[in-house]
Amino acid sequence: MRVQMKNAVAGLAVSSVLLGSGIALAGTMAPDAVRIEDMELSQPLTDTAGDPARGREVFAARKLGNCLACHANKDLSNELFHGDVGPSLDGVAGRWSPAQLRAIVVNSKTVLGEATVMPGFYSLDVGADVAEEFAGKTILSAQDVEDVVAYLTTLKQD
Amino acid sequence: MRKAIVFGAAALAIVGAGAASFAEPVNDELVIDGETKIITRAKAPEGSPFEEVTSGWLYRTKETRALEADSFENPGMLYVERGEEIWNMAAGAAGKSCAECHGDASESMKGVGAHYPKWNAEAGKPFNLELQINACREANMKAEPYKFDAPDQKALVTYIKNQSLGTPVAIDLDAGEMRAWWEKGKEAYYTRMGQLNLSCASCHEQNNGKYIRADHLSQGNTNGFPTYRLKQANMVSLHNRFRGCIRDTRAAQPKAFSDVLMALEVYVAWRGTGLSVETPAVRQ
Repeated sequence: MRVQMKNAVAGLAVSSVLLGSGIALAGTMAPDAVRIEDMELSQPLTDTAGDPARGREVFAARKLGNCLACHANKDLSNELFHGDVGPSLDGVAGRWSPAQLRAIVVNSKTVLGEATVMPGFYSLDVGADVAEEFAGKTILSAQDVEDVVAYLTTLKQD
Repeated sequence: MRKAIVFGAAALAIVGAGAASFAEPVNDELVIDGETKIITRAKAPEGSPFEEVTSGWLYRTKETRALEADSFENPGMLYVERGEEIWNMAAGAAGKSCAECHGDASESMKGVGAHYPKWNAEAGKPFNLELQINACREANMKAEPYKFDAPDQKALVTYIKNQSLGTPVAIDLDAGEMRAWWEKGKEAYYTRMGQLNLSCASCHEQNNGKYIRADHLSQGNTNGFPTYRLKQANMVSLHNRFRGCIRDTRAAQPKAFSDVLMALEVYVAWRGTGLSVETPAVRQ
């Protein structure tokens, strides 16, 4: 794991083209530098600690995480129409560690297997014929992911 | 701007009535105007991943289902009426209408739409109704082919397909090179696409019966197309829907009637073998 992290740090993004937000900051891990080992990613993607309040917004926003499309979440019961393609996220913090949650959000296939329909939110391992406006970009920015992971760790109640 | 869009969407969601209930397709029978029985569940064709193929009608709300069961209430019937006008209207340099050669559509087109897409030997590829109509317009009417999704194209296809209301879908895969196109369509169906990395199967095979937000995922059968979509308040052609789904995966959209989408149409139509034509179906 340590060795992997070294590679990851070596790949810190300095170019601005790779990130969903279009802005890459020093201290941000580029998507192709991320190494998920044993279903975990313990190294945060950025130097800025995740903000759970902002993560809650990213989680709900249709143009960002849009997580409610597939997952129910009682903490957001003010929003109608929670999907059920994926499992409910009530109590998810008790089922997965922060490092596992980060790995799932970044590239779910590394944890849940190739057959999962869950997109990888910080991965360039994507489907065929990506539309030009999304080519080479991730769905979420590194900070978005950190914020969402911080939010998920607050979902302790079943 | 991005924030504004997000909050706009959230506001819309709150206005929408009722939370999605978690339900399988309903047990209900569709009889249009109390006389035309529609097959909404059929034994799946050999090679299908399903035991039973189901119409998207079974996945809609009671209110939406009722709209389709009454042709006076069905907003898609306006397009059938418009299609009938076009059928009887002379167009093009030859001064001919469809009716001039094909006569009364209720006789000549009865059951025809249930067997499309169909192998076209001259073109060396499968034709759907849109391509067949355009070929007829050019060769026989000396008229301009319809542009994709021109209102008259949608109306005429809807009208012709409606002449098969109740007839089970049956695609002839033995004709010409239909099997090769079917294979190509199958490959497309299972190819994960776009930034969201989803295939048709991700939603319509692995997760039909579940909800994506307020959308109750069906098997994605094509027997109701062109279909009246309440969300768009318009008739929606099959290739429009294909392209919409592909766009939603954040992939580049293939052109309507391109080889890949024609192959997909052959394959997906086959998956719905045995379901009655419902055109104009009413969907969410």
